[in-house]
Amino acid sequence: MLKGEGLGVRYGKQLPWLFQDLEVALEPGEMVGLTAPSGRGKTTLARVLAGYLRPTAGIVTIDGRPPPTTGYHPVQLIAQHPELAVNPRWRIGRVLAEGVPPAPAVLDALQIDRGWLQRWPHELSGGELQRIAVARALNPQTRYLMADEMTAMLDAATQAQIWHAVTVYAAAHRIGVLVISHDASLISRLCRRVEVLPEPPAICTAAQMDAEPGLRGGH
Amino acid sequence: MSTLTETPAPMRAGPAPRPWQLNRRQRTLLTIGLCLLALSAVLAGAWLIGDDGLATNLAARNQPPSLAHPFGTDWLGRDMLTRTLHGLSLSLGVGLLAAVVSAVIGAALGLLAATLGGAADAVITWVIDVFFSLPHLVLLIMIAFTVGGGTIGVIVAVALTHWTGLARIIRAEVLQLKSAHYVQLSARLGRGPLWVARHHMLPHLLPQFIVGLILLFPHAILHEAALSFIGIGLSPHLPAIGIILAEAMRYLATGSWWLALFPGLALLLAVTAFDVLGEQVRDVIEPKQSQG
Repeated sequence: MLKGEGLGVRYGKQLPWLFQDLEVALEPGEMVGLTAPSGRGKTTLARVLAGYLRPTAGIVTIDGRPPPTTGYHPVQLIAQHPELAVNPRWRIGRVLAEGVPPAPAVLDALQIDRGWLQRWPHELSGGELQRIAVARALNPQTRYLMADEMTAMLDAATQAQIWHAVTVYAAAHRIGVLVISHDASLISRLCRRVEVLPEPPAICTAAQMDAEPGLRGGH
Repeated sequence: MSTLTETPAPMRAGPAPRPWQLNRRQRTLLTIGLCLLALSAVLAGAWLIGDDGLATNLAARNQPPSLAHPFGTDWLGRDMLTRTLHGLSLSLGVGLLAAVVSAVIGAALGLLAATLGGAADAVITWVIDVFFSLPHLVLLIMIAFTVGGGTIGVIVAVALTHWTGLARIIRAEVLQLKSAHYVQLSARLGRGPLWVARHHMLPHLLPQFIVGLILLFPHAILHEAALSFIGIGLSPHLPAIGIILAEAMRYLATGSWWLALFPGLALLLAVTAFDVLGEQVRDVIEPKQSQG
């Protein structure tokens, strides 16, 4: 079970907490939806669980143990923009083989044309590239998947196709999936359980705003 | 006139391609080849033409350009073509050495600043800013003077003042790469830091380094010539371009225009050749431009 206990993140000592004392649990084979208005820290939480970001407070464990710091990370993150997740100087075949090379069945399920493997990333469309990013994460070593707005910028047909492949694979290999999205109908289709990130515990005070000039401008 | 039966004009991006016309990539490669040819011609020319023209020949003093002496002769009867070729190849050698040293310093400091971060980054960035804030020529003169002038002085001065631009580029590039999603992802896919440096970072940094190095050459050569021109560079008995130009200044008033014109043009052409070379190599190496 992927667990986050007492998780809290803030991007600076003077800055307010994005979230605090958060408890997260994801069972193998479970699909959980996560939704909240923009700026509550959905992406930050996904980055913490996938090991990209060390939480300011709390710990992440897998079956009671902290995830490995070297080697293949059992929690994989797929973000909204696949073009940032591939090296622009690598051909697609090399991109796919970087971690655990995906099984041919996975490529077929995602309808990845074998001809793409010889192409450069900028020669594929966003939807095609996202399928590559998904294929890279669907292998026996992945145990949890953080799907952070994974299909937000894709058309309905591609969206359905990718999610169909992911749900079938996750069910067969008991992969826990966290579905982060603003799309309520997508989440209700995929997940039985939906979590909403709570409102930030502390609201910026005038004193904090003065202490951190960057806050006035916003993001 | 029946417009309906007229055959529509074929869709074309530009004028019709002819068999002898090269595409952009071929044109770029051809330009690179021509620049390399011109620069190696200077080096080969100096070697082929020999040292005979450097000897004093008072019988043929102050001769304007002719078939025997295409660039004319100076007040000691030395052949200006020979002197220009020797001067250019000497300047190219000195510039090349200084530029390479400078590029290595720049790359090393840029890498250190980006990978160590914190205090090291702050110190290196501060040094870069200091170098940028001082007038280039003043710094060159100061360093060349301190080291004691001569060939060594020029190389040290040029090498120590030209690394800042490249250091900044390399530092920014490494910082950007470190935060790139695919680089961070590589670690989650089980790749070690050395593997990431070798396979993700190096292919991005090497082209930057090579282009930065080539674009350093013209600066190094011009500054070498400038230092020699004002008399604290290469020693006066060497046929350096800066020295030739400085000497020519004294004879311009007497009408010996060829003494300054041809060596000056040759320097200009050599520097431009390097500049064009750098730009074209960049176009070929950058994947967005070369494959797009």
